[in-house]
Amino acid sequence: MADKSELQYTAEHEWVLVDGDTALVGITGYAADKLGDVVFVELPAVGSTVAAGTVVGEIESTKSVGELFAPVNGTVTETNDAVVDSPELVNSDPFGAGWLLKVTFTELPALLSYSEYSALVGE
Amino acid sequence: MTPDTAAHPSDSESTAAPSAVERFSPLHQAHVDAGASFTDFAGWQMPVRYSSDLAEHHAVRTQAGIFDLSHMAEITVSGADAGAFLDYALAGKLSTIDLLQAKYSLILNSAGGIIDDIVVYRTNAEDYLVVANAGNRVPAYEALSARAARFDVTVTDQSDDVALIAVQGPVSRAILEATAGLTVDGDLSDLKYYRALGGTFQDSDVLIARTGYTGEDGFELYIDVPAAAALWDALRAAGEPFGLVPAGLASRDTLRLEAGMPLYGHELSVTGYPAQAGLGRVVNLAKETDFIGRAASEEGPPADAAVLVGLVAAGKRAGRADYQVFRSIDAPDAEGVITSGALSPTLGHPIAMAYVAPGLAGLGTEVFVDVRGTRIPATVTPLPFYKRQK
Repeated sequence: MADKSELQYTAEHEWVLVDGDTALVGITGYAADKLGDVVFVELPAVGSTVAAGTVVGEIESTKSVGELFAPVNGTVTETNDAVVDSPELVNSDPFGAGWLLKVTFTELPALLSYSEYSALVGE
Repeated sequence: MTPDTAAHPSDSESTAAPSAVERFSPLHQAHVDAGASFTDFAGWQMPVRYSSDLAEHHAVRTQAGIFDLSHMAEITVSGADAGAFLDYALAGKLSTIDLLQAKYSLILNSAGGIIDDIVVYRTNAEDYLVVANAGNRVPAYEALSARAARFDVTVTDQSDDVALIAVQGPVSRAILEATAGLTVDGDLSDLKYYRALGGTFQDSDVLIARTGYTGEDGFELYIDVPAAAALWDALRAAGEPFGLVPAGLASRDTLRLEAGMPLYGHELSVTGYPAQAGLGRVVNLAKETDFIGRAASEEGPPADAAVLVGLVAAGKRAGRADYQVFRSIDAPDAEGVITSGALSPTLGHPIAMAYVAPGLAGLGTEVFVDVRGTRIPATVTPLPFYKRQK
């Protein structure tokens, strides 16, 4: 599980762990709690090009549907098959085993720090 | 990630204007202490879940769950004409139900539309308890009051004074029997579905009904507000060894959907006829006397009016409320709309209730649901989706 203070965040409740030119992306524990039990995850195809701020996937709970936004411009290099098979990982380990996708990028946009995101969600 | 709040239970029953003031259940502190997440429900802050929607759902199917339903409206009808009044004011015949019998009924308007769906209990020879949806507290009370003019009857909104706790699930009876301080005037093992018994909890009267909204065996307990928190605690303590968990409105919604039970604001509305919702049997046209909505009900809905059906689909992507239903994968025009839908926790596949054109309503008809731009095949299936083993 990633150290939440070292992650970057979007206002749409994604977290981003930057490693060189690769961004590991998931949704925050706050978002997972708001959704309730996640029962279905749809992720973009590996190799697809994504644009920051656009919808690239869906996360469904018993009660609602959440859209997954790409936090960066780039190319999807890997998606988490385990979370497709076991969507409950998004709830049980949102910052770890519940990660969603990896994206390679050339330029990192401005993202929120942990303290900025915490202030946004009031936690 | 942005949760789509349109599918959130805060929409449910919210047919009345939202209250400017947040209202809290008399059990609110117990929910806070239990770690509940809250949602607005018809102006009330009610528990949507305590830990997990799915765990709470499965607990009710396999063991038991306890629900706070204190937001629901309790309206008493008392007087020499109480039975005759209800026969006039409601779609069903209530004058002839037994003492401590319950009956599902409807408050219709003169056009035959549904003002509310309700459960009516006969608590004494000349006393009835009408339980209305939280979001319809005002319209239900106003309709009953307006219809009472020529009857010797008193209609009283007692919602603020009465709490409602439901214990639902196969071990519910054992939990009630083990609850310290709860005394029942009779034997719960002999109590039939839609029957009630009086009783006491500590020094307060309690009405214990074998009713519910989950498709499981279970009970609903009506008690005065000051004693409600102690009853909740006593039920939870007694239920702990039986696997009783507190359950929120999210699980209540998936449970009632699996059981094929309509929810006002979704399957039922003031512009819909009971017959369209499969509730024609609730409108008693054999009643000898007139009742509000009778003439319109006898005429019935137009032949092309949409009818409520069950839909099942394969996979995991559920059609949800307001998603459109099509005849084919490329038909240009929608011929139906989903009113409630979810991935069924018990069955593991998507289920939904939908209003569709009569031509699509036959059992086994293949239709397509537009799930956010993708048409997913679904099949018209009988309701309920889930029926418990007896």
